[in-house]
Amino acid sequence: MLARLGTLALVLAAVGGGAFWVLTRPARLSADTLAALQAHSADPQNGEQVFWTAGCASCHTAPSVDATASTEERMVLAGGRAFATPFGTFRAPNISSDAEAGIGGWTLEQFATAVMLGVSPEGAHYYPAFPYTTYTHATPGDIADLWAYWQMLPADPTPSEAHEVGFPFSMRRGLGLWKLLNFDPAFATPVPEDPEAARGHYLVEALGHCAECHTPRDGLGGLDRSQWLAGAPNPVGEGRIPSLPPQGWTAFDIAAYLETGFTPEFDTAGGEMADVVANISRIAAPDRAAIAAYLVALRASPNP
Amino acid sequence: MPRLLTALATAAALALPTLATAQDMNPNVAARHAVMDVLAYNLGQIGGMAQGRMPYDAAVASAAANNIYHLSMLDIAPMFAEGTDNASAQGSRALPAIWTDMDGFNARWAALQTAAEAMKDAAGTDLASLQGAMGGLGGACGACHQTYRQPQ
Repeated sequence: MLARLGTLALVLAAVGGGAFWVLTRPARLSADTLAALQAHSADPQNGEQVFWTAGCASCHTAPSVDATASTEERMVLAGGRAFATPFGTFRAPNISSDAEAGIGGWTLEQFATAVMLGVSPEGAHYYPAFPYTTYTHATPGDIADLWAYWQMLPADPTPSEAHEVGFPFSMRRGLGLWKLLNFDPAFATPVPEDPEAARGHYLVEALGHCAECHTPRDGLGGLDRSQWLAGAPNPVGEGRIPSLPPQGWTAFDIAAYLETGFTPEFDTAGGEMADVVANISRIAAPDRAAIAAYLVALRASPNP
Repeated sequence: MPRLLTALATAAALALPTLATAQDMNPNVAARHAVMDVLAYNLGQIGGMAQGRMPYDAAVASAAANNIYHLSMLDIAPMFAEGTDNASAQGSRALPAIWTDMDGFNARWAALQTAAEAMKDAAGTDLASLQGAMGGLGGACGACHQTYRQPQ
């Protein structure tokens, strides 16, 4: 009897382990995405716009680079910033074009797999502090353009630092389960009919990753999409991140804020948002207006 | 029942900051908020012109830029007295980083003085000059709030 129970336990463990192994397997790009990436004729100028919209510099520049830094300084993706979260402290890696310390040796496919699926060239899951759950909505064309722009970014030899994450979060394979719960290839909100708002919808949901701070998270750190952009506790510090759009703001107010950092009352963006403005002030004015058009249209939908 | 009491106590604690009036606010916090309010008022004049919210008026722009310059010359150190960070003083969003990095904080205020001086010279010239100086001024505000002020 005991032996039988033991065998059963072993079988269950094997089945469970096997299921875990299958369920947590890092994903690969679909054949369609791969084909679209490779067929795309890359445009580094658009890649630069994608770079500033996606805000890569906010997390991946050295800690000494602040919102007032020059464009050249913001292009050095040396890494080293620490992000203290309830799950541990994440350290943004060097993603400069340095072949040793950075990602200069990567292929377009490896880059797209990292950005759109959160999977490293070695086949390991990245922690979702890297907002690939946003970037997975980007078009393959934008990702290929971004990679073309990447080739023009400087190399930096600063070695990446390890994350400080305790058990069980230190087991990256387990992130596969997190992805099962939170990796949603569908957009959070419907595409607006108005073309300008539709462009803004794409910029916010696929690149700008506004929701990473402006949408509340559940106990496992997944976004609560039922409260999309409704405001949330600050994920990396004290205080609260406001709901969008801010009450009483017009589309003009939002676009002006994203360009200059000034609220309609002429207070200024602070915290992480100061750096967001540093990025978004560098994109084309019609794209800022598009983001504003999308956010203003959100007000019509349930938004506590 | 204890749960209800806890909920009530939490609700009361959360409501407190909004109930705080100028009278029971720490005088240092009230004073620095007043400085920021007058800064914002004057920034609204030149910023409004820079953004096209109101027509350019050299005299109004000059007056506002002069005010900002003189405000930036205030010695704000006494208003940032020890024990008046966001954890200690009601209604404050001043982060403890100010006191652990006072040199960095002072450098930010000095950067505002430099930007304000440039604006003082530019605001009355013409709209293009005013707009040109606006980025530096906004950057000075933002850089300090990036590091030393808690979000809402």
